[in-house]
Amino acid sequence: MTRVSHLTTADAQLQGPKGPKPKRAFSGANLFIYGTLIVMSLYYLLPLWVMIVTSLKDMAEVRMGNIFSPPAEITFQPWVKAWSEACTGINCDGLSRGFWNSVRILIPSVLLSITVASVSGYGLSMWKFKGSEVFFNILLLGAFIPYQIMLYPIVIILRELGLMGSLGGLVLVHMIFGMPINTLLFRNYFSSIPQELFKAARVDGAGFWAIFFKIMLPMSLPIFVVSMIIQVTGIWNDFLFGVVYTKPAIYPMTVQLNNIVNSVQGVKEYNVNMAATLLTGLVPLVIYFISGKLFVRGIAAGAVKG
Amino acid sequence: MAVTDHGVDHARREYAKPPIKIFKNLSSKIAAIPMILTATVIFIGCSGWTIVHSFTNSKLLPKLDFVGFDQYERLWSSRRWLISVENLFIYGLCSLVFTLVIGFLLAALLDRKIRFENTFRTIFLYPFALSFVVTGLVWQWILNPEFGVQSIVRGLGWESFTFDPLYNSDIVIYGILIAGLWQGTGLIMCIMLAGLRGIDEDIWKATKVDGIGTVKTYLVVIIPMMKPVFVTALVLIASGIVKVYDLVVAQTSGGPGISSEVPAKYVYDTLFGRQNLGQGFAASTMMLVMVVIILIPYVYLQFGGKKDQ
Repeated sequence: MTRVSHLTTADAQLQGPKGPKPKRAFSGANLFIYGTLIVMSLYYLLPLWVMIVTSLKDMAEVRMGNIFSPPAEITFQPWVKAWSEACTGINCDGLSRGFWNSVRILIPSVLLSITVASVSGYGLSMWKFKGSEVFFNILLLGAFIPYQIMLYPIVIILRELGLMGSLGGLVLVHMIFGMPINTLLFRNYFSSIPQELFKAARVDGAGFWAIFFKIMLPMSLPIFVVSMIIQVTGIWNDFLFGVVYTKPAIYPMTVQLNNIVNSVQGVKEYNVNMAATLLTGLVPLVIYFISGKLFVRGIAAGAVKG
Repeated sequence: MAVTDHGVDHARREYAKPPIKIFKNLSSKIAAIPMILTATVIFIGCSGWTIVHSFTNSKLLPKLDFVGFDQYERLWSSRRWLISVENLFIYGLCSLVFTLVIGFLLAALLDRKIRFENTFRTIFLYPFALSFVVTGLVWQWILNPEFGVQSIVRGLGWESFTFDPLYNSDIVIYGILIAGLWQGTGLIMCIMLAGLRGIDEDIWKATKVDGIGTVKTYLVVIIPMMKPVFVTALVLIASGIVKVYDLVVAQTSGGPGISSEVPAKYVYDTLFGRQNLGQGFAASTMMLVMVVIILIPYVYLQFGGKKDQ
């Protein structure tokens, strides 16, 4: 009898109060939590702050002062110089060249890789054929292979195709290496769409492409956005493929940035360098801040397989 | 052509076995061509090609003149490669431990029903959106001994303070580690947070009833429950570590001297800088071997585990 009553009280306790947790603002635990979070936030925010303030100072102030202190006098000269005058080798037309190169690489790469990945993912989820899963698993494992081992053979393939050193070659490479993660993303998304919908369309006589364009595409805008975020940031931030598969005239922004900042000739202009660095980081940062939760969803989808 | 073939097959079906089903589901197969080509030609073909050529003495051009393990012997007696591997090992081990610890700590703190959770998460994750080149250059500037952290601490009155990781070959790899952690921990935090959110609220209530403290609950109950999440995080960090390249190029260019070289950079430099193809192929094959060693437990868990279900 006592045991039963004991159980019921434990049960009641397990249920717990249903309302929100009462908040005590200044408990020791809270102090620890917020204290740690704020200190860590400073570590994460510091580089962004340093980039911004350094890029707004003139060189005299950079040499004199503290890299963390805000500029005494704000100047946008370093930004102008980084954008339109900074030199890489003999070219002194600034980062703008790299920026436009990156844009010209980005647009076709993103469109092509998303198109291919969405169609592949759709096929893998709704039109399985013998062996399709095998290829898909190879594709997923391939995502872990270090790129370095495939660099040279791809040079040969691109040379054979006449694409070595061209924009087209780099676009193809981005499509190939974006495929595992994006195909996975689309496959998982399309698999979550009710089979009844697919079967109904089949009964009505719709084929592979009709179902894709008329039923699946209109339903899958969110996953296209997620995939686009992954691809845009990934391709914009790429350095290795840019440096291997293109030539100096069409180097993407990251490669040009590195060449500007790490060039050995001339006096180091730290403010211009930081302006250039910030300019290169701006595109992914803007995407990150605008997309918010979708960005998180994208990386979570990429990370947590299956 | 395809249609007539198919018609004939149909007629024969009664007394012959159904012939090749290649035309069944044809659109799907056509749509899968890019995936199949990527998987076979690029991932299998190109990797295989490199492995085969790593046993040759290719110099400027690839040729099939086999020399056995010569390239590997040369590789493992090269000081530059040994330094690269050592750096990768130190960087990898520290990065693994710190990323997991910081990532989990931040996720656990964010999961304590706090205010401004979104703001904090946004702050911790934004570096992940940036290019490694950007990360490397910013930290190169912050760690610059003339202007950065060292000069500021000295300016505060501590004249002998020395912190110049990028100019000291003994600790340069830790300078890169600081930047790498800055960029990478946010991602792991996010994954851990997703894992923590997946844990049933009742677990917390149960441990509260049993009078187990918060920290102990994390260590004894929550972390063991999150094993799959940790495995995912581990594989993600590890496969990222092996590929470390742009960060080093931007932050130190491998210097001072060759003290911050990493294998990925060794491969690039031997292939495209010094045009010693055989060496580059051998080095990249070694990189693949490292990844395979890391992946074995993961593949075992992912694919071996599924069979039991």
